[in-house]
Formats: sequence, structure tokens, C-alpha cells
Amino acid sequence: MRVDGRERVVRPYALTAGRTKPSGAPIDVAAVVSVAGGMLGFDRATEIMSQLGPEHLRMLRCCRPPASVADVATELDLPLGVVRILLADLRERGLVRIRQPVPPGLHDTALLKEVADALRRL
Amino acid sequence: MPFAGSEPTGDRYSVPVAIKILVAGGFGVGKTTLVSSVSEVRPLRTEEEMSEPSSLVDQLDGVELKTTTTVAMDFGRISISDDLVVYLFGTPGQRRFWFMWDELAYGALGAVVMADTRRLADCFPSIDYFERNGMPFVVAVNCFEDARRYPIETMRSALNLTEDVPLLLCDARERASSRDVLVALVEHAVARISSGRYVTPAR
Repeated sequence: MRVDGRERVVRPYALTAGRTKPSGAPIDVAAVVSVAGGMLGFDRATEIMSQLGPEHLRMLRCCRPPASVADVATELDLPLGVVRILLADLRERGLVRIRQPVPPGLHDTALLKEVADALRRL
Repeated sequence: MPFAGSEPTGDRYSVPVAIKILVAGGFGVGKTTLVSSVSEVRPLRTEEEMSEPSSLVDQLDGVELKTTTTVAMDFGRISISDDLVVYLFGTPGQRRFWFMWDELAYGALGAVVMADTRRLADCFPSIDYFERNGMPFVVAVNCFEDARRYPIETMRSALNLTEDVPLLLCDARERASSRDVLVALVEHAVARISSGRYVTPAR
């Protein structure tokens, strides 16, 4: 794995402290992540910051405007599995919201016709 | 105009509705070419638990303790508006990658199965997979310059496709051609949903 032409020193799962499964509900590769709004008190903010690593913070910057899980993984050049675990950390602390894709059977077809029209204009 | 499905966040951005489309097919059939002709493509790495079948295929001598493998997917994004984004995922179609497909298929609108007439059998596992889980798919025959052309009906019967599955000829290098394939898929999915024959794949 390379960053800026140099070998990355840290193995991917070292960033997750060896964890291989995210906490909480499954996180889809096309789920959209947004930064949760609201202000934290100083003490709470300091406490949360002390629990986060630099990748968590880069991740938060990536999600403004909201970005998909796949976008975050390619932007940070990290494997999907690692990204899911770190995003779950942020979700657990109430810092991000993760919206799963709507199963298309539940989409109204007007939206999909809009998609077809937009694609035709590509 | 915001779509009904988009929702406001705590800050000034709204969360777009994500439409997920899969691009499947054998090795070297043109998946990367198709995804990159309609979107900016980036490699997406996954580290997957190795399934038993793949450990029989992948050479593990000397690294017997290795239980995960890195699989690269093509990832493309087409931003239709601030409220609507189409994500394309091009992944290996071989049967030994089906464990990845189960997760990718969840919530997907449908799939493009790419075929090459010189190696038609390479797309059979992908067609099998989508027929089984009930997801809408279209077959796009990538017309390589040195490949023999066959009539559509000959290809349909060689692929044993049911009548309602669209089959198109395409040139994955051409943006307009790749775009037409995606439009055909979305229209096919709309038809399936309208007629009540859309099955949401189980996770």
C-alpha cells in the first residue's frame, strides 16, 4: 500500500487495533455518511477527540459534503473492511449518520425514471 | 428540487439518495472500460475472508495462515444532482467471488452482465447468480474488433436467456454506448418494479 509514493508504514488492521468487524448494524458499501450536526460541550468533545485517531479525523473531513462508504475508502486509500470499522466508531460516538441505500423495490418509479433521463443526458 | 428521498442533515448538506448498480462479467471482458467511460473510476480495495473454494484456487503454499485476500473492485460515481448519485461497482464475476456479491447485491437496483462472444461461458456464473437472487439484469455484449458478430437471437439462445432479459451490443470504450447500457438497465428495473416482479435480494 502506498501513500504519496512511499510505503505506508502501518498495516491496515493496525488502524483498527486488530478489530476485523465493525460494531453495530452492517454498513453498506453504497451507504451515505454525513457528519452529524449539533454542538458538543467542551468536556465531551475533548473526551471524544482523545479516543479518535488521525484516520477518524480524515474520515470526518471526507464526509462533508456527505459521501458514500466507497468514496471514503478510495479517498483515504484504505480497504473497505477497515473503513467500515472506523466509521462504526464514529457512529457509536454520534459523530456521523450512516444512511443505507433504499432497496429499489421500495423506490418510487418516478425517481428511477428521473435517473434514466439524467443518464441519457450524459 | 430535492427528491422525496433525500434528507436534511444537521449541517447545511442534504444526504443524497444512492442508487447502486453492479457491473459483472468474466476477466478482461471490459468491466473497467465500461465503468470508466461513463464515470471517474477509482480502485476500491477490500480485504475479504477467503472462502474455501478460493483457497483451493489461490496458491497458499508458505502462507497457510493467510485467511484474508485483497480483492480490487472498480468503483465509479455519476452525480446526477446534489440529491441523487449513481454508484457503479465492477467486480470479478467468477463463482469464487459470490460471497462478495451477496453483500454488494443488497440494495442494488440491478446489474449489467458483460459478455465477450469469444469467451461466452465466462459470463454464465454471473447470469446464474442474478437469475437466482431475482435481481434485474441486462446482458451487454462487448463488441471487440476482432470478435465474430452473431445475430442477437443466436446469442440469446446460447446464453439461454429468458425473453424479458434485455440483451444489447455495446462498445464499452464509447461513453454513449455504455450510457445506453445503463439506461436499458434502469428502464428494465422500472418495468420489473411496475409489474410487481421486483424481488429485493435478502442480505
